Amino acid sequence: MNGRAASKDPAVLQWALTLAALAFLAVFVVLPLINIFGQAFEKGWQTYVAALTDPDALSAIRLTLLATGTAVACNLAFGIAAAWAIAKFQFRGKNILITLIDLPFAVSPVIAGLIYVLIFGAQGWMGEWLDAHDIHIIFAVPGIVLATTFVTFPFVARELIPLMQSQGTEEEEAALSLGAGGWQVLWRVTIPNIKWSLLYGVVLCTARAMGEFGAVSVVSGHIRGLTNTMPLQVEVLYNEYNFTAAFAVASLLALLALASLTAKTLLEFQMRRAAAEQAVEGNPEA
Amino acid sequence: MKLGMSDRSEQPISEPARQPGAAPVLWSSTRPASGTSGAAPGPVSIEARHIHKTFGRYTALQDVSLTVNDGELLALLGPSGSGKTTLLRVIAGLESPDPHSESRLIFAGRDVTGEDVGQRRVGFVFQHYALFRNMTVFENIAFGLRVRPRKQRPSPASIRDKVRELLALIQLESLADRYPTQLSGGQRQRVALARALAIEPKVLLLDEPFGALDAKVRQGLRRWLRRLHDTVHVTSLLVTHDQEEALEVADRIVVMNHARIEQAGTPEDVFHRPASEFVMDFMGSVNLFHGRIEGGKAVFGPLALDHAGAGAVDGQTARLFVRPYDLHIDRRNTGKPSLRARVQRIQAAGPQVRVELQAETGEAVVVEIPHPQFRETAIAPGDEVFVALRDAKVFTEDYSI
Repeated sequence: MNGRAASKDPAVLQWALTLAALAFLAVFVVLPLINIFGQAFEKGWQTYVAALTDPDALSAIRLTLLATGTAVACNLAFGIAAAWAIAKFQFRGKNILITLIDLPFAVSPVIAGLIYVLIFGAQGWMGEWLDAHDIHIIFAVPGIVLATTFVTFPFVARELIPLMQSQGTEEEEAALSLGAGGWQVLWRVTIPNIKWSLLYGVVLCTARAMGEFGAVSVVSGHIRGLTNTMPLQVEVLYNEYNFTAAFAVASLLALLALASLTAKTLLEFQMRRAAAEQAVEGNPEA
Repeated sequence: MKLGMSDRSEQPISEPARQPGAAPVLWSSTRPASGTSGAAPGPVSIEARHIHKTFGRYTALQDVSLTVNDGELLALLGPSGSGKTTLLRVIAGLESPDPHSESRLIFAGRDVTGEDVGQRRVGFVFQHYALFRNMTVFENIAFGLRVRPRKQRPSPASIRDKVRELLALIQLESLADRYPTQLSGGQRQRVALARALAIEPKVLLLDEPFGALDAKVRQGLRRWLRRLHDTVHVTSLLVTHDQEEALEVADRIVVMNHARIEQAGTPEDVFHRPASEFVMDFMGSVNLFHGRIEGGKAVFGPLALDHAGAGAVDGQTARLFVRPYDLHIDRRNTGKPSLRARVQRIQAAGPQVRVELQAETGEAVVVEIPHPQFRETAIAPGDEVFVALRDAKVFTEDYSI
């Protein structure tokens, strides 16, 4: 019978497919994850803690947090502004703006880093001027922040644009007609309506910012204790055959990734609930 | 008499609650407590002069001028795309008219052409409610008071009193803590109305306020709106594409078509004395006969209308618009001028019996007759009948009679 076709696959096939998927996950995700922690703790707790409290490691952690925090804050402000403009207004060059937002997805991070070197580096366009004014961007902290911001640029905006487009402008118009000013509309109406997607974008942005390697590697210069972020520190330690320390730092990154994943799952649950409520609202007599 | 309406499972809404002294507190604007006919020309509340609006190559408003008298409920009626919503949004300040030297927008003598939507102090009610989804009913209504600059903001206690008063007016006191998603469509629209009224607007602008509701709720709510308007007398402009709704609630109707105003007048004017073929056609179903003027009469086949009008010139083509109830059916030829036709279909479910006919000249004709007459004549599909003309509206090339 046709109607049963969808559920008619033999049980054996179902099980086989499920097992294959799980096996794949185990080999490519779970095993490496366990391996990270296994290697990190190979020489016991003391070595693990010592590896993480090493001044260079601490500096890398601080730098990663600084770069991530700044990048997320910048992209949060930019993402809201861009999504607001794109979703709520009609203007010339809107399509160009949407394309530009996607640019960091299309460009290899290494190229992104190189662009900054070409602009701000010693031989770059602004190199001489910067040098004359004693401003250091490349092989210094500002370059790392810039590269991280560039790479994580689309996450918040991309998350907000479709939601804000679907919500339309009527609530904002209603607020304006009731006498609210621009900032009041933003804080009392727009932001509360997008809060879950906003947080979701921030979580994705944070995860990507902490793990960024390529772009940061190009602009960092790998100066220990100064311009090494956590992923760069892992590489340096690994290349020095200091596996335990490398995996200790890596385990920290893995933990942060797991935390992001948890936050992301919780947010997805919240957003589904909000969407379901909205669907009810769409039906006038529900 | 129970004035209630049933909004599905909700409690019936009775008359807008008249609390002692409530109206003066809510609406300080003084308006002579003259009846509700409202058509009497009073002071002008809204005046729009020579408004133009284009979206790219599309013309939404072409040199539209409109006045709304103080305290009246005026309906902007027209098919979709006629420009009525654009006109409403221009008046609200949600859309700016094309720059034009003669364009002016005046509220009670004050030129508001350059003011933005917040400064104009209009209450705007959206078709899809546009309630703030992250706020309760109470917070929605209080919003307009909470966002005022600190100096003009009422105290929390007086905000609470005001919101309670409005909740009583819309009879949703018990739902103050609900969120919009937990309300029915009719309830949401009442909350939207209360929210708009909270800022004591000079004018209330309603954009197809009942358009998203089902027929039964819509009917009850529009009667309720009419009674509410009679209680609070705030000048109101209502956009609708439903001619029945306009006829029922409005003091005056402005019919729009193709970015222009076709006619402005009382419901009786617009319905019985349509200024154009469009208005005639839009205000209800009509039969159209292409005839001509002969000897001062409008003639279509054997049918003729004596009062074809003074301006009618012999030989001119004339279009006769006939409402279905202005035609008469007889089983046999009574000698009166009549059109021979064959019954195609009979629809007896409704306030009148609708008979679809095929005239001998080929036209499809619709006639509506009362049920008693239908039973008397006992016609059935396939029967031959004779259709006589009782009244018609005649339009010749340049003018109408």
